[in-house]
Amino acid sequence: MKGMSLIVKTVTRWVKVFIFLFGVYLIITGHLSPGGGFSGGVIIACSYILLTLAFGKEFTLNRFGTGIAKVLDSSSALIFLIVGLLGFGSGGVFFANYLQKRFPGEELSLLGSGNILISNIAIGIKVASSLFLVFIILSVLRLVTGTDGIKRIVQDEEEE
Amino acid sequence: MNTISIPLLIVIPLGTAFLIPLIARKKRFIADILGSAATLALLVLSILLFRYQGVYSIGGWEPPIGISWVQDGFSNLMLVIVSLISFCATLFSVQYMERYTSKHKYYSLFLLMVTGMNGVILTGDMFNLFVFLEIAAVASYALVAFGGEHEELEASFKYLVLGSVGSSFILLGIALLYGMTGYLNMAAIANNLPDSNTMLLMLATVFFIVGFGIKAALVPFHAWLPDAHPSAPAPISAMLSGVLIKALGIYALTRILFNVIGVSKLYGGVLITLGTLSMVIGVFLAVGQWDFKRLLAYHSISQMGYVVLGLGIGGYILASDGNIHAGTLAILGGLFHLTNHSVFKSLLFLCSGSIEYSTGTRELKEMGGLGTRMPVTRATCTIASLSIAGVPPFNGFWSKLLIVIAAIQGGYHWLAVITILVSFVTLISFLKVLRYTFLGELPEFLKQIKESPKSMLAPLIILAILCMGMGLLLIPGIKEVILDPASAVLIKGAQYAQDALVLH
Repeated sequence: MKGMSLIVKTVTRWVKVFIFLFGVYLIITGHLSPGGGFSGGVIIACSYILLTLAFGKEFTLNRFGTGIAKVLDSSSALIFLIVGLLGFGSGGVFFANYLQKRFPGEELSLLGSGNILISNIAIGIKVASSLFLVFIILSVLRLVTGTDGIKRIVQDEEEE
Repeated sequence: MNTISIPLLIVIPLGTAFLIPLIARKKRFIADILGSAATLALLVLSILLFRYQGVYSIGGWEPPIGISWVQDGFSNLMLVIVSLISFCATLFSVQYMERYTSKHKYYSLFLLMVTGMNGVILTGDMFNLFVFLEIAAVASYALVAFGGEHEELEASFKYLVLGSVGSSFILLGIALLYGMTGYLNMAAIANNLPDSNTMLLMLATVFFIVGFGIKAALVPFHAWLPDAHPSAPAPISAMLSGVLIKALGIYALTRILFNVIGVSKLYGGVLITLGTLSMVIGVFLAVGQWDFKRLLAYHSISQMGYVVLGLGIGGYILASDGNIHAGTLAILGGLFHLTNHSVFKSLLFLCSGSIEYSTGTRELKEMGGLGTRMPVTRATCTIASLSIAGVPPFNGFWSKLLIVIAAIQGGYHWLAVITILVSFVTLISFLKVLRYTFLGELPEFLKQIKESPKSMLAPLIILAILCMGMGLLLIPGIKEVILDPASAVLIKGAQYAQDALVLH
């Protein structure tokens, strides 16, 4: 049997969604309460890492693969940069907050922070995918001593 | 083209670094084109921006609360150096890196490193400096290990551990300054520091000297450099030795010591001591080496000693209200040697890469007689060796001459003598290099070798021409435009704070 015991698997099956949702909550309310892109992203990555620990790395690699995480990793960084560049274009300054920030009667609303919400989401995706990739790489690569006595890093499966 | 385009210096390399893994994973030539185009754009932009000075407030938030990027004479000079060396290194990589897998990852990390260096040079905010410093440092840890063999991983791990220790010291220093003043903006910190030299301020300064000393590989803190620089691929060695230790180490240290904390006799003395130690110990460790790139790495330590010695003499003289002319000359000499060293040391590392590409070895004892087979590499390597040894027509001579004259005018006769002696030892060790690589018998297993491809020779020729021509920078008229604004920033010292708060 791959992965951990039945108890761990069952609990993980229940808990994973809540961990994921808590990460999403931290990201989208990052400008209103403690939290934000980085901490929320870490928690989202943790939900996938928990799945990998409980069910074994073959489970995660076969279901999700690393391809999507790699694309998200680079594209979310680009989105963050584009948010900054749009400020350059419309506000005249790099990272200017050009979106509407005040809605009458609704102080501290979800959309009341201009582009900080978009930046937080981009950072969250970036952190989640990067941390997930770091964990996968660490679990897939091993240090092996070759026949010539030289240590090399080898990969369990081909990643591309 | 003015201060509005400062963010482009960060945006171009950062955007390309994340674009390359998205679209160039399968097609190598796209990664080559994007990488070279990005560094070429940076070179053009940094030259166009050279005449301008100003402060840029990110997001429209004014200093001292918002993050500001400051462009003055010193940072302009450093930006041109970084862009020039990174352009030559990417041009060299196109062919050289064909032997490695995952070229797109290489370009991505390379451009992230350039982003970090540009950020460290531009920023006027302490914590922003730490963030960019870590971006450049983490990318360089990965690049040192790029070969993936045992030796490279070991060197990278050593570099990682010592680099992290250095970063921790820098972070502690920043925290102490923040606690004392309540600001992170460099100009605001400089304006609000306590007048008397308190113990806390001295402790912060010591943390900065140790932290940036590790990044710059000054002698008591140099242990990582002779492992890390030779293990990296040749264009990365050229970047690490050519610009990374200067941007992360020397530039950041002098910016904080001269412009934020204010240089005193004590700190000037410390810089002189560190510089002299690095100069002498580095060169004596280099003479006995038989690995080409390891020898060059030890010479980097020694040459960094020259730069720090020049800056230290200048700082000491300025702090003690001595001969102002000698102090100015010493700082000018230090900065000019920094510029020259980045050109000839990256040329030497690229030459070693060209030789390694053709022969497959870095051991000087296994080579010999390559001069007839690799005429261009021989010519450029000879020019670079004569430059680093300080032989008259080449650029290294002029900057060492300035440092020696300044040392004599400032009354440091012994330091002048040591500087000249170290230069002789440098010459001896490079005569050894030239003798064992290009002269003598061609070994049997190297009969088939050819000169490296043309795309690898082009950057060698560009840098060799610069080595021959950069002495011209001292001609009156050119000197006032290029070198004097940079040294003026350091000489003005605390005046920086007024400029950086008013210019925006």
